[in-house]
Amino acid sequence: MSTILSFTILGLFTGAAYAIAASGLVLTYTTTRVFNIAHGAFGMVMAFIFWDFSQRQGMPLWLSLVLVLGVVAPGTGWFVQRFVTRGLGDAPVSVSLVVTVGLFVGLIGLAQYLWPPEPRTLPPFLPDQGMEIGGTYVTAHQMITIALSVVVAGLLYLLLNRTRIGTAMRAAVDNPMLLRLFGGRPDRVASLSWAIGISLAALAGILLTPVIGLSYYDLTLLVINAYAAAMLGKLKSLPLTFVGAMGLGILQSFAVAYLPTEGNLAGLRAVVPALFLFVVIIAMPQAQLRIGQVKGIVSAPQPSFPKSLGWGLVLVLGVAVLTAAMSDANLLLVGTAATYAMVMLSLVLLTGYGGHVSLAQFTFAGVGALAYAKLDEPNLYGLLMSALIAALVGALVALPVLRLTGLYLALATLAFGVLMDKLVFQADFAFGYNGTLHAERLSVLGRSFTSTGGYVLVMSVFFVLMAVVLLQLRRGVLGRLLIAMRDSPAACGTLGLDMRWFRVALFGLSAGMAGLAGGLFAGLRGTIGAADFQLFNSLPLLLLAVVCGVTSVTGAALGGVGLMLLPVLQSSRPELAGLVFAILGFGAVALGRDPNGIANLLFGLGHRLDRRFGDRIRTAIPVLPLPRSRADSGEDNAVPLSGLTTIPDPAHDEEVGVHVAARG
Amino acid sequence: MSVPILEVMDLHAAYGRIEVLRGVDLQVPKGAVMALLGPNGAGKSTLVKVISGEKRPTSGDIHLGGVHVQDADPEQLARLGLCTIPEGRSVFPNLSVEENLTLMSYAGVAVDAVLDTAYTYFPRLHQRRHQLAGTMSGGEQQMLAMSRALASDPALLLLDELSMGLAPLIVDELYDTVAQIAESGVSILCIEQFARTALRVSDYAAVMTGGRIVATGEPAEVMATMADVILGGAA
Repeated sequence: MSTILSFTILGLFTGAAYAIAASGLVLTYTTTRVFNIAHGAFGMVMAFIFWDFSQRQGMPLWLSLVLVLGVVAPGTGWFVQRFVTRGLGDAPVSVSLVVTVGLFVGLIGLAQYLWPPEPRTLPPFLPDQGMEIGGTYVTAHQMITIALSVVVAGLLYLLLNRTRIGTAMRAAVDNPMLLRLFGGRPDRVASLSWAIGISLAALAGILLTPVIGLSYYDLTLLVINAYAAAMLGKLKSLPLTFVGAMGLGILQSFAVAYLPTEGNLAGLRAVVPALFLFVVIIAMPQAQLRIGQVKGIVSAPQPSFPKSLGWGLVLVLGVAVLTAAMSDANLLLVGTAATYAMVMLSLVLLTGYGGHVSLAQFTFAGVGALAYAKLDEPNLYGLLMSALIAALVGALVALPVLRLTGLYLALATLAFGVLMDKLVFQADFAFGYNGTLHAERLSVLGRSFTSTGGYVLVMSVFFVLMAVVLLQLRRGVLGRLLIAMRDSPAACGTLGLDMRWFRVALFGLSAGMAGLAGGLFAGLRGTIGAADFQLFNSLPLLLLAVVCGVTSVTGAALGGVGLMLLPVLQSSRPELAGLVFAILGFGAVALGRDPNGIANLLFGLGHRLDRRFGDRIRTAIPVLPLPRSRADSGEDNAVPLSGLTTIPDPAHDEEVGVHVAARG
Repeated sequence: MSVPILEVMDLHAAYGRIEVLRGVDLQVPKGAVMALLGPNGAGKSTLVKVISGEKRPTSGDIHLGGVHVQDADPEQLARLGLCTIPEGRSVFPNLSVEENLTLMSYAGVAVDAVLDTAYTYFPRLHQRRHQLAGTMSGGEQQMLAMSRALASDPALLLLDELSMGLAPLIVDELYDTVAQIAESGVSILCIEQFARTALRVSDYAAVMTGGRIVATGEPAEVMATMADVILGGAA
């Protein structure tokens, strides 16, 4: 009896901390429509700052608490609202999520840079005090936490329902311009809610640290617990969020107490929040269809089929020439880049065209790799089967979310990533705990590619094939459907399109592409383990994909190379490892608003160069016989340019082609 | 005559490269009700947006009560006595009636006074004070919106398409309220598609088409030229 009581009290304690974090998350989401994935990361950084103040610099506990909760955290919240998330509420979910994922990665990087890994401890509040309740010893820290959560809930309720500024907070979500016509200041209101939100994240982080330790990742993943709790109140209702948080805390505590510590179910205890989240999502009612808005995203231009094929050939030849004299170590890097590029292609389909965000794309690659290694059929059949398995798993993840909006899909993928990381990939039937699996290299139609160089070439061929197929899809019926659905689900609904299964199929296809990449990667490396497909690698992947351009194949290729270079850069200057992440994260914050990314800038640059120097180069090139019309080169089909019929030479076609075909 | 409450001079405004206001000149005398009529796409709503500060003009001047307005934010203007009721239902649908009224106090009148005025004018709002504004009928929502004009005691009231999507009977009732507000000395610029209804309560009228004011004068004079404008004769 006393064990139940003691675990309930432990659960109430963690639940109270979750409630504090979750109410901050709900507050910022309901008042600004920006879901802050980095909520836990802010809590983590604030806990580190609290440690820095109270332990390293030796300030009194109360002073550091006041400084962090009253100055640093609200200041950060104000700053983030003012300079980062302002106006993001109206942006598509894919944009606002990417920006906060950028904050997430950037904050982890910053924390690692400022506070390099070393053991740190933060003592609980009033460490020596406590009292006996029904035969169970309850520490003062636990009681303080539970009491604080009640106080926070009460104050938030009063703020939102009994004060004018709180009412304005709720009004600003619906119609900020109308609030301005009323004489209110939506920006000030949003700053206030971010300031409070970050303060609550900080409070939750500080309260939890003595129990779960001061680690970069554990506190960051607190966001999953927080939104699992908040989901019970549909990210809106604070009382239900409170109930959800307490329930989750108790559930987790009981899982620790009563679930077996041995065997396959051992990992289950770590994934209780993720499972809780999935259950809540399944129980949620159908979301309302969103009515379209004019301000869609302008996508990067699509190249024609012959052009994309031509540039694919150029890429493969380029890789062949480049890798001819490379060492095996460098070849492995090129192969890794090809893998990343392929995974990013799957994001082009899902995020660039479909407008959905996946925060765990590497996990699907991991599923593909696992299937490839387990099937042990190193041929096209085995590869396709592993892609199919990854696709099915992807569809399975999307299935519970099919009635809901893009935000919930993205959150579900994050939960899924944690689930796979902690439960499945570590299990004996998969890679095993810290284990690896062996995978053979692929053979195509009886011909095996044992040399690394040959295999890398095969991978680049696969990348090109996937890219060409993807572009064909984009130009066809499927592509039109995707864009239509991204821009106005409601209009699609009235046209009689069944979007739900289409969404599941889209997600499955994207997961399948990632799975294919994973299978090829397994063959490249020979031995693979769970460490290759960690959830946290998926986030830089998403960020680089968006920074480089998630609406074009060129962006995926660039991003693949960039992601491959990241660890190379880090190992060359290990002391800057965290800084690299910080730069990537905050860079994505700056560039995330334009998903067309660097690739589109390159296309624009190509156009400008062409306009500036194109004619001069063309006239400088000697006229060759064998006339070809300009239109074939696809430079500018719509505008007939009269002067160009006189200089029809393939040489200039190539010149133009350099930047035009690169559009793919 | 004293200084006009609103004076617009050679005002230009554009959405991107599309120019919508092409040199608007308009004067609203203090204490008068001016109806602004015109076909769809004439630039009436854009003019309201520019005057209320929601949109920046590309060139031209606006004087409010004789003071030159430059780069003022809508919330500043609202606190200084410019009350704008934009087109559509200008209420917060997810807040209760009472909460909507509470927010109206941002314009500078105490909450209690706002509630008092609104409930005296529209007893029906008092019955529904705990109901979400979005769940009320269109006419009731417009009553709630008009409460702001009544309670915040503005110097100038901008009304954009009060009649949008409402039954003629309710539109008539709303214009009775407009007439009452005008009697209390508030100057009103009122945009309307239903010319007859609006002209009934107004002292002056202006006709706008193609981004310019093409006719101004007494209601009766303007009524005569209206048909030409709406049917495209004068454009």
